[in-house]
Amino acid sequence: MKKYTYTDKKDTRSGFGAGLLEAGRKNDQVVALCADLIGSLKMNDFIKEFPDRFVQVGIAEANMMCIAAGMTIGGKIPFTGTFANFSTGRVYDQIRQSIAYSNKNVKVCASHAGLTLGEDGATHQILEDIGLMKMLPGMTVINTCDYNQTKAATMAIAEYEGPVYLRFGRPVVPIFTDPDQKFEIGKAWMVNEGADVSIFATGHLVWQAILAGEILAEQGIDAEIINIHTIKPLDAEAVLKSVAKTGCVVTAEEHNRLGGLGDSIAQVLATHTPAPQEYIAVNDSFGESGTPEQLMTKYGLDAEHIVLAVKKVIERKNKNA
Amino acid sequence: MKSTIKDLEKIASQIRRDIVRMVHGCQSGHPGGSLGCTEYFTALYFEAMNHDPEFNMDGIGEDLFFLSNGHISPVFYSTLAHAGYYDKAELATFRKLNSRLQGHPTTHEHLPGVRIASGSLGQGLSVAIGAALAKKLNGDKSLVYTLHGDGELQEGQIWEAAMFAPHNQVDNLISTIDVNGQQIDGPTKLVLSLGDLHAKWEAFGWDVLEMKGNDMADVVKTLKLAKSRSGQGKPIMILMHTEMGYGVDFMVGSHKWHGVAPNDEQLKLALAQLEETLGDY
Repeated sequence: MKKYTYTDKKDTRSGFGAGLLEAGRKNDQVVALCADLIGSLKMNDFIKEFPDRFVQVGIAEANMMCIAAGMTIGGKIPFTGTFANFSTGRVYDQIRQSIAYSNKNVKVCASHAGLTLGEDGATHQILEDIGLMKMLPGMTVINTCDYNQTKAATMAIAEYEGPVYLRFGRPVVPIFTDPDQKFEIGKAWMVNEGADVSIFATGHLVWQAILAGEILAEQGIDAEIINIHTIKPLDAEAVLKSVAKTGCVVTAEEHNRLGGLGDSIAQVLATHTPAPQEYIAVNDSFGESGTPEQLMTKYGLDAEHIVLAVKKVIERKNKNA
Repeated sequence: MKSTIKDLEKIASQIRRDIVRMVHGCQSGHPGGSLGCTEYFTALYFEAMNHDPEFNMDGIGEDLFFLSNGHISPVFYSTLAHAGYYDKAELATFRKLNSRLQGHPTTHEHLPGVRIASGSLGQGLSVAIGAALAKKLNGDKSLVYTLHGDGELQEGQIWEAAMFAPHNQVDNLISTIDVNGQQIDGPTKLVLSLGDLHAKWEAFGWDVLEMKGNDMADVVKTLKLAKSRSGQGKPIMILMHTEMGYGVDFMVGSHKWHGVAPNDEQLKLALAQLEETLGDY
């Protein structure tokens, strides 16, 4: 198992804030919009440096999405910022008609996704957003795993032409990816090569997959770990190549098991090379209040549960053999 | 003035013929609101706006128009064709398979003149505000126009946008509401009252004008007045009083012709009332 260490921990939303500032410096067409959550979205540095290129919309997310769509007409590259729940479910029709169907170059940037929002509870913990966004034709869907990756992704989507949903979160988590990485949209990242099982993880579950990989290695199980940061378009080639080698799959995400990364992988496998698969995901329920760590444990989204899922799926593979 | 009122009325007559024929041709679509707004579209595209039929999505340096109540696409499509955005022969494809003239306007099929998809109501004012903000950032002095149905004002997002534009001094925006008092299920005052629209928009901070939407001279005059009042710190709202179905006697003033196509007999009756001035498509 390749060794991953970290010296610092930060929230992924701070990676977004840093990336937005860099993207703004690189391209003066980049503009930012926020619906009364500047601090939560870490947009302060961008606003300080580019006050004229920031739009405070107030608590009016529908208006924000359509203003962003309008700003692309005239060449702007708008980044909208609010919580994931208010970035997707609340404004689905606005994104569908004015951004996706109209093919507008809007970057929908969503913080506080999933259970790790924590104490605010289920009203704010959206677990359906990846599914909602990936069903929209032409929409790119990205879920990043740490500060560095989020910063790199934010800069990369500014250079990509087309609508993007960028999902990140609130909790402070280890920084384990390269600070100078080049983020390639739609390209899976090989975290660890292995032979016994393919673990496909996204977002906060990537670090948990690494921890699981270390536990499994001690027990003689050689796990391949692949970070799928871009859920759509999915790197099907990387998925199929890995599963051809390992013959079984665990998918891990901070999302409902319906409609998320797991289903995207399952669809690729079912139509090419069916393989046993276990899901690490929320089992079709809403969340609740609690600390991020408590919630991830209670809902089975941690390294221990990944280890159990790996053992189960290897057993299924061996039974089929 | 580019054209006389008589010239504009001639164009409007042809657009009305097109509307009725298009809706008859596919036996679907929305004639009522389209006929009611024909003077507005004619005055906008042949008099008020500075626009380029050599269509460019960004529209830098030209006035932009956004149709928020996308269901009145027949009047939009016919106007764009006569203004030179595409050949009027294409009007025959309205709402048919593989057409660029979709039931509701869209950028998806790359129809020149359309900059946003609309149909799901209440979104166009926000989109137009965005385009107006981009113009300001670009140092572009041209204007942004929008049209909305009065029933559309029942959508909450309209009032988010209504609050935003005056707060941010979006004064390069001239919006119009087609006040015909009708919506699918009946008169607006029975379905969901809109109240005193003049007082409401004024209270939100807009510069509010009124016009007789089926009187070409008044439409031309009011659009000119609106333009002269742009750039003074306030967005402009024109309450345009029209009759749904105007120009065809059996369609006038009734919500029943909101989204119903005429049959062969009704088409004949309608066309007899509308002079062919520029040649049918």
